[in-house]
Amino acid sequence: MNRPTKQNYQRPTHIDDFPVGPQFEAGHLADTNAGWRTFKPVIDHEKCINCLICYLVCPDGTIIKTETKPDVDYDYCKGCGVCAHECPKDAIEMVKEQR
Amino acid sequence: MKKNKLFISGDEAIAIGTKLARPHVIAAYPITPQTIAVERLSDMVENGELQAEYMHVESEHSAISAAMGASAVGARTFTASSSQGLVYMAEGLHYASGGRFPIVMMNANRSLALPWSIYGDQRDSLGLLDSGWIQVYAEDAQEALDMIIQAYKIAEHPKVLTPIMVNIDGFILTHTYEMVEIPEQEAVDAFLPPFETPNKMSFEEPKNMGFSSQPIDNTEFKYQQDRAILYAHKIIEQTDAEFDKAFGRKYHGMVENYRCDDADQIIVTLGSICGTTRLIVDELRNQGEKVGLLKIRYMRPFPEKEIQELTANAKAIGVLEKNISFGYEGTVYTNVNSAIAKTGKRPYLKNFVGGFGGRNISKDDIRKMFTTLKTQEKTENTVEYFNLNVATDERR
Amino acid sequence: MKDDNTPTAPKRITAKNMTEKEFFYGHKACAGCGGSVAVRLALKVTGEKTFAAFPAGCMAAVGFIYPQMAFRNNAIITTFPGVASMASGISVGAKALGLKGYKTVAFAGDGGTADIGLQALSGMIDRGDDVMYICYDNEAYMNTGIQKSGLTPYGTHTTTTPAGKNFPGSKTQKKNLFEIIAAHDIAYAATASIGYPQDYINKVNKAKQVKGPSFIHVFASCPTGWGSPTHTSIELAKEVVDTGLFFLAEYENGSFKLNKNPKAFKDIPTYLQKQGRFKHLKEEDYKLIEEHRDMKWERMRRNWKHS
Repeated sequence: MNRPTKQNYQRPTHIDDFPVGPQFEAGHLADTNAGWRTFKPVIDHEKCINCLICYLVCPDGTIIKTETKPDVDYDYCKGCGVCAHECPKDAIEMVKEQR
Repeated sequence: MKKNKLFISGDEAIAIGTKLARPHVIAAYPITPQTIAVERLSDMVENGELQAEYMHVESEHSAISAAMGASAVGARTFTASSSQGLVYMAEGLHYASGGRFPIVMMNANRSLALPWSIYGDQRDSLGLLDSGWIQVYAEDAQEALDMIIQAYKIAEHPKVLTPIMVNIDGFILTHTYEMVEIPEQEAVDAFLPPFETPNKMSFEEPKNMGFSSQPIDNTEFKYQQDRAILYAHKIIEQTDAEFDKAFGRKYHGMVENYRCDDADQIIVTLGSICGTTRLIVDELRNQGEKVGLLKIRYMRPFPEKEIQELTANAKAIGVLEKNISFGYEGTVYTNVNSAIAKTGKRPYLKNFVGGFGGRNISKDDIRKMFTTLKTQEKTENTVEYFNLNVATDERR
Repeated sequence: MKDDNTPTAPKRITAKNMTEKEFFYGHKACAGCGGSVAVRLALKVTGEKTFAAFPAGCMAAVGFIYPQMAFRNNAIITTFPGVASMASGISVGAKALGLKGYKTVAFAGDGGTADIGLQALSGMIDRGDDVMYICYDNEAYMNTGIQKSGLTPYGTHTTTTPAGKNFPGSKTQKKNLFEIIAAHDIAYAATASIGYPQDYINKVNKAKQVKGPSFIHVFASCPTGWGSPTHTSIELAKEVVDTGLFFLAEYENGSFKLNKNPKAFKDIPTYLQKQGRFKHLKEEDYKLIEEHRDMKWERMRRNWKHS
């Protein structure tokens, strides 16, 4: 697995089930960040040349390299728009979220 | 079995105790009167007697910070400080206990500026009583050495995981020489196994440590920390008993009861002054007085139950400390008084405060304290600065 | 494997061949956070066996909110002044325990590095501890709400250097942090910017080969603190280099080298006007900023190697 995914976290109900001191499993995610977004990046695979600039500059690491053209992990994309702004081919469009 | 004895200072005893505990990392910054301890440890690392990394940190803040870093990957760590250095470390002291890093440190009890003084009193460590560390006070060099070894065993216990500060009085213990029995390395190894903990950063189970917790969880972490240090009470007693079995020396766990059982007057104190007090207790006992010494060894966890039991039949109790919480009373007294108050009994109580910045506390001072306790002298204040050398009445 | 302190030419890491694994993921940093880019890319270069240390600050605040643990590798929050010393302790502790193949990386902001953490950092370099130290510079104390640090440039409006009738915002220039670090005779130090990500990756990769302390000062934008749109984070971090207000350089084997020596600089006011923190600046401020830039570049070009 290249990216951690949201775990089913239950808050402990007994003191002994808390970690001993402030230390916990690395990469344990109890929450997604999708709710932060107003706009979401949509990659036009026709225009995309797979240069991976978007991948490099994403502050959240949510651009996924694939065999062909990149995808987006919408669970953790915050919609900052850096990818769309830096894309040399204008292949990424920021589309208003419909909620 | 032939016993190996050396004529050494308290600082050297600390260094030897530390060496025997086989720490992986020593991170310390020099400060009088702790220096001899870290100099000896440096010698031992240089000559190969001690296989450890000695980190020449640029401050006490970095000393405790580096010790925590090493502890976070599972290393056994040691640091040492005193006075100004200890309070410079204060942020790290709270951090280490909250992080549950079982670091052992030696603190050479020394006065705090201002005014400057390199000599002893106990305001440095007692001012940090709330930092979440187990605090133990040694009476002599032998106890200092033995307590370093015991301290690792207590601190690293999985249900304790709390750092320990071993306090020895600056100069009075750090720089004076006495015969000290040196335990065999093999016996120490058998008593103190290598440090093992699942609470560390490893490649098998990577961890995110030192995290922040929200209001919904923070209290639980603090409760857990408090419970661990309270639980240490049991481990302290257990460890002392095991130590006795292995080395033939015991310190009676949380407190030492020296002729308190039938005593009418008891002095409660801690650190090297217990030695002088012990002499006066014997002297007065020979004269038929029913007096005793209650030596506090651990200030945290606090020996509440032991103090309640040992003072149950006393008519008068004096708490002697080289410390004052300005604007109120000595902190040791506050703690002892609270323990006694919970029993509902109200014996005569007095707080003897003095010995600041290295001022000697004489046998005569202690004789007078026992007299005050016996006569139950009525005074305006509970706190008595027993060795002020000047008049203190209001001038008109 | 070379054992000495000379950085060897490592295998080039690019977007194409770098690990698809993300080590800093699901964090709660603001959208468009430049510091996150710096941390994320560095960890992708240093990899799985990285011990990462962060002082109290943005990355600590956004990455370790129990039970949301955003680092997939071993990571720890340190005291604010203590990131370098704790990273030292980790590195030395791991060595004492006989661990192999690990890298310890300390990440701290401009305040945590150039101000409160400078003493511990100096000690870490002096001891020669095997730690890579990365300072992500967003030019103010952002986590506490945008206060002036030692790396806040002249004319910046922050909450403790408010711009008004009497003050132009911050009245001081950035400390010469890179030169301060180089003065320790460190084996490898560099400046970088997230606006030039490949250059930054190359430098992290180079620092990774150093056995001993190494240092990278990376410029990283902060939309929240700068009053700039979230999508312009990379653009601004590129422009700051193109205007000459930041520079890309390395210090190796006792000498400085400018990696980028533009023939002409881009227009300073254009860069500044894109950010709320500089909106108040006047002509005379621009002039002052430009003079300071030219003085700095004259000095660098005179004393440092360049193309």
